[in-house]
Amino acid sequence: MIPELGQFALALALMAALVQSLLPIIGATRGDRTWMESAQTTAVVQALLVAFAFGALMHAYIISDFTVLNVVENSHSLKPMLYKVAGTWGNHEGSLLLWVLILALFGAAVAVFASNIPLALKARTLSVQAWISVGFLSFLILTSNPFERVFPPPLDGQDLNPLLQDFGLAIHPPLLYIGYVGFSIVFSFAVAALIEGRVDPAWARWVRPWTLAAWTSLTGGIALGSWWAYYELGWGGWWFWDPVENVSFMPWLAGTALLHSAIVTEKRDTFKAWTILLAILTFSLSLLGTFIVRSGLLTSVHAFAVDPERGVYILGLLAVSILGSLALFAWRAPAMESGGLFAPISREAGLLINNLLIATACATVLFGTLYPLFLEAITNEKISVGPPFFNASFIPITLPLIIVMGIGPHLSWKRADLPGVLARLKWLAVIVLLATLVILWIANGGPLLAVISMGIAVWLIGATLQDWARRAKLFQPGAWARIRRQPRASHGMTMAHLGLGVLMMGAIGSSAWKSDTVAFAEKGTIVPIAGFEIIFEGIEQVRGPNYIAQVASLKVTQDGEYITNLYPERRVYPVAGSTTTESDIRQTLAGDLYVSIAEPASEDAAGLWTLRLIYEPLVNFLWIGSVMLVLGGALSLSDRRLRVGAPRRAVPTNATPAE
Amino acid sequence: MKRVLFLLPLVLAVVIGGFALWGLSGGRDPAQIPSALISKPVPDVTLPPIEGIATPGLSKADLQGQGLTLVNVFASWCGPCRAEHPILTRMTAEQDLRIVAINYKDKPEAAVAWLEELGNPYELIGSDYSGRGGIEWGVTGVPETFIVSNDGIVLYRFPGPVVGDGQRRFQDALDAARAAE
Amino acid sequence: MKRILLSLILLASPVFAVEPDEVLDDPVLEERARVISAEVRCVVCQNEPIDSSNAGVARDLRIIIRERLVAGDTNEEVFEYLVLRYGDFVLFNPPWKPSTYALWLGPFVILIFGFGAVVLTLTRKKAVPAATLSAAEQEELEKLRSDRS
Repeated sequence: MIPELGQFALALALMAALVQSLLPIIGATRGDRTWMESAQTTAVVQALLVAFAFGALMHAYIISDFTVLNVVENSHSLKPMLYKVAGTWGNHEGSLLLWVLILALFGAAVAVFASNIPLALKARTLSVQAWISVGFLSFLILTSNPFERVFPPPLDGQDLNPLLQDFGLAIHPPLLYIGYVGFSIVFSFAVAALIEGRVDPAWARWVRPWTLAAWTSLTGGIALGSWWAYYELGWGGWWFWDPVENVSFMPWLAGTALLHSAIVTEKRDTFKAWTILLAILTFSLSLLGTFIVRSGLLTSVHAFAVDPERGVYILGLLAVSILGSLALFAWRAPAMESGGLFAPISREAGLLINNLLIATACATVLFGTLYPLFLEAITNEKISVGPPFFNASFIPITLPLIIVMGIGPHLSWKRADLPGVLARLKWLAVIVLLATLVILWIANGGPLLAVISMGIAVWLIGATLQDWARRAKLFQPGAWARIRRQPRASHGMTMAHLGLGVLMMGAIGSSAWKSDTVAFAEKGTIVPIAGFEIIFEGIEQVRGPNYIAQVASLKVTQDGEYITNLYPERRVYPVAGSTTTESDIRQTLAGDLYVSIAEPASEDAAGLWTLRLIYEPLVNFLWIGSVMLVLGGALSLSDRRLRVGAPRRAVPTNATPAE
Repeated sequence: MKRVLFLLPLVLAVVIGGFALWGLSGGRDPAQIPSALISKPVPDVTLPPIEGIATPGLSKADLQGQGLTLVNVFASWCGPCRAEHPILTRMTAEQDLRIVAINYKDKPEAAVAWLEELGNPYELIGSDYSGRGGIEWGVTGVPETFIVSNDGIVLYRFPGPVVGDGQRRFQDALDAARAAE
Repeated sequence: MKRILLSLILLASPVFAVEPDEVLDDPVLEERARVISAEVRCVVCQNEPIDSSNAGVARDLRIIIRERLVAGDTNEEVFEYLVLRYGDFVLFNPPWKPSTYALWLGPFVILIFGFGAVVLTLTRKKAVPAATLSAAEQEELEKLRSDRS
């Protein structure tokens, strides 16, 4: 009964979305208050209905209702409860339902919390949001019904892929989706502004918290996905420039550019058309990501439930929303007057360069990801564009960006004193140079580019700290009070920029100075790696709830001294008929010792185990840096000037500290 | 000028959309890769016969001046090979075609038993226990079937079993190859 | 659906799939072999280098690469050997040739285009007389802003 109710709720939600897509916007044109205000109700009702449907599906998973096809295909009664719940979104239909839920929740959030926004803008925004809802709800109902029944019901389910039974992956999709889909509301704001034909600092400020919220979740979502790949897939890698990774990275890049461009629009009333374009593109890239992941247009190592027919439907949705908004942009944006003027050396110019480089990086990733498709369509030739291309094109674009990032926050608005700023940073430059030499000495070789990049990361961290210390006048009395008085958003920026520097160190360290080794092992085998000795002490069979595991016991010593024991596993999931590798990691700040076991491929080595050891220096800096990025975003979001629904306050003047 | 600049994103989106639409249509399989051997002479590999069977082995010379030939890569451990085997057998018998084979990464006893059970339509069979012959032929998996011209040029490669829709496509390629000979 | 499951199972196997019996005794050659195999795409997998694939063909190719290196091939000769049999598809690092000129030059074109736009923006701004608002105008602007927010 509940599944039918869920399906019915979805149909009602579609009705609500249809009403919401028309009434408020017509009301805004006719100046009818009641019609405009209807958006508040429909947005909340729509969100409640979708939430009910989502709850109904989750309920089916929790009680293992095997009359529902979706549950049969993706769950099993023996599965741990957490993964039963996570199974709700671990498949095409359920994840799409989650997508629609987040879409509706963002609409409802705007309806409820954004009380300081003019009614007409709000009505138009919510109508645009409802257009997206109508598209995806109808897609869900027509092609991907999550509540389809099966008769007769089987005795048990076919199990969720064991690889996906992992905590990180259980929460990765929701976070990623909050990011992806969160940009929908920014998109709706942009389209509404285009319809109104007005973009001003106030608009930019209303949009900013939503952009920040989406960006923060997307950052967390990507980091979690990467973290999952790192420790679950058992290969010690965290990024492969795979199409599926790229399509989540592009909205992040565009969103980052948007975040910075919107600041200029807010503070200086300029870059208007560009900010609007970025708002449209960020969500368009999110849609493109959803499309590429689900249509099977490109081959990816992260396979998903691909279906070309559904792909055509999504492509239709994309065509309407992206082409429609870009056409509106081409029509309305040229009329937008630019406001504040600025000198070629100024905070604005710095942010312009930031936007140029981020946009170029994003376009490069897009181009490289789609190039094989272009070429295949034109010449029928198949090529692969892999990590070598992306590293060769992305790194040279980002390194200058990071250098500028160190300087940018030191520049003042309108007209900056570059020689003065550079003079201020000259001691830092000396320190960075010395640090680079020290790194060169410690690394004892290794790729020169890595050493230079490491130096640039040190530069970013140093310049960011110096900027923060300067603003707080850290070494003068009363610094603490000044720090507390400064807007949280500016501390958020400092935190996020520092986070990027730390993340960079992790990325460089773990890719440039990684070492690995492989050996056949039996009881007593000793394998050395990165100054450690790994002693294979034996293997034991252990039964889990829905798997059988072979657990190896490894003793780790360093110069003969005992360090720790590691227990990598090889798991067999009989129901799903698959095996997974559960690696074990000794995590330290200096680096991870990563061990995994496998059965040898060669028949000659029967009875032995293939022992794989990886040492990844600094890899934890990646996760620490990611956490700092998320914290930075959250800190900015908690700024009371931005808090949604915060009491009105006077607009800060241009003298507001940097952020 | 300014207007044109503002139209640019739309134009680019339309272009990308067009490619995406192309990519979804026509049963395209993005994982499928074309053979690098098309229009090139067959690779110079000599494969010994399977032990325990009278059919001789396969070498480059066997594919020159002997008329249009199908080269079927099979293994006894491969399920789809079993499905396509009767179809290939019938097809070659009915159309009076020469068919030879590469027995890929297969134990001789298993291959012999498989052929005894299902019949042996092959004029020659090269045993490729190591899989090295397969790599010379650019094989990505079994089954695969090549069409080789009278001059020993590779005309066509069909990855996967020649059954159902695949059989139709294979027959089309075969007819085209015959017409060209 | 089956294909998806299958590929996920393939993916389950650890990347960096080199087996101990493949490893060469000469560390320099082995290092070169690792570098090469990290850039060669596995022909039966979804989007993986042979270095990390457990597929049979990937293992065969890893062994062949090592044999050729031992026989004295340069890295380029090894890549050429593979391309002759499997085409450019196996190269994760696309070769520089007419069909990839656009790919390799693309990022530069994008950057130059963007740079041109930035320069245009900056210089156009300069041409306009510096607009500093009078105190009264500034005040009015602030008032307007706070009214809207």
